[in-house]
Amino acid sequence: MDLEFDVVDLGEPDNPDEGDRAPDFERPLVNDEYWEDTSLSELTAEGPVALVFYPMDGAFPATYIWNELRDRDIDSYDVTVVGLSISTPYEHKTLLEERTIEDTGIRLFSDPSNEVAEQYGIVNDLDGMHGVDEPRTATFVIDGERTVQYAWAAREHPEFPDYDEFEAAVEDAADD
Amino acid sequence: MSEPAITLYRLQSCPFCERAVRKLQEYDLEYTSRFVEPMHSDRDVVKRESGVRTVPVIVDENTGVTMAESANIVEYLDRTYGEQSGEARAGATANVAGEQS
Repeated sequence: MDLEFDVVDLGEPDNPDEGDRAPDFERPLVNDEYWEDTSLSELTAEGPVALVFYPMDGAFPATYIWNELRDRDIDSYDVTVVGLSISTPYEHKTLLEERTIEDTGIRLFSDPSNEVAEQYGIVNDLDGMHGVDEPRTATFVIDGERTVQYAWAAREHPEFPDYDEFEAAVEDAADD
Repeated sequence: MSEPAITLYRLQSCPFCERAVRKLQEYDLEYTSRFVEPMHSDRDVVKRESGVRTVPVIVDENTGVTMAESANIVEYLDRTYGEQSGEARAGATANVAGEQS
């Protein structure tokens, strides 16, 4: 793509692809009222899950991504919607409030160690922030068997999800 | 994965909560931790469960008990899961301290 400004090329991601089994993980999952350790497999046991990896809370992509997903009522489908960033539970609670998604079913995983991004092959080492890395922006739709139905991961930074494609995949999963 | 029967509403770094945690660990009890906010006004979930906004609060589905106040919780755990559980509970009630969390 020919852009007038420089974006960082992240190279090819190594994420699980459609048909692969999504790696399981357990992290504090934050809702409007509290957080508790929760595993992906606990969520998929209830049905399909839309998992959104995004840059740390407070960075502008985090704001844009959740505004867009909120405006699309991504939570209105019969799919569990969860985000994941390296931010702490306290920051997640602030994001839920500031993006006015605290009354939706959307919840956020907290992974300061960034190990989940490592499991998913989507680590983004942050230039100029020594010792800090975070996930690339990435979206997955995972079915009740924890099989990946839809996968997309950024190849540049910043890069935003293909929201139409993602929403269509969420809708498909809800219909299954 | 089956959920533990005991849920502990707690605040990070709260010594009264840690007291309840130590007791749960002493008796090897499985429990789910739900962390809430430092601001009392943000603790609606605790209020709904227990009627108060203080933590710790324990919800024990084994017995149907929901209880606040660390001293009461410690006494309850001793009485229910400790060696003194059952008839010999006279000593446990003497442990109830007066502090508020």
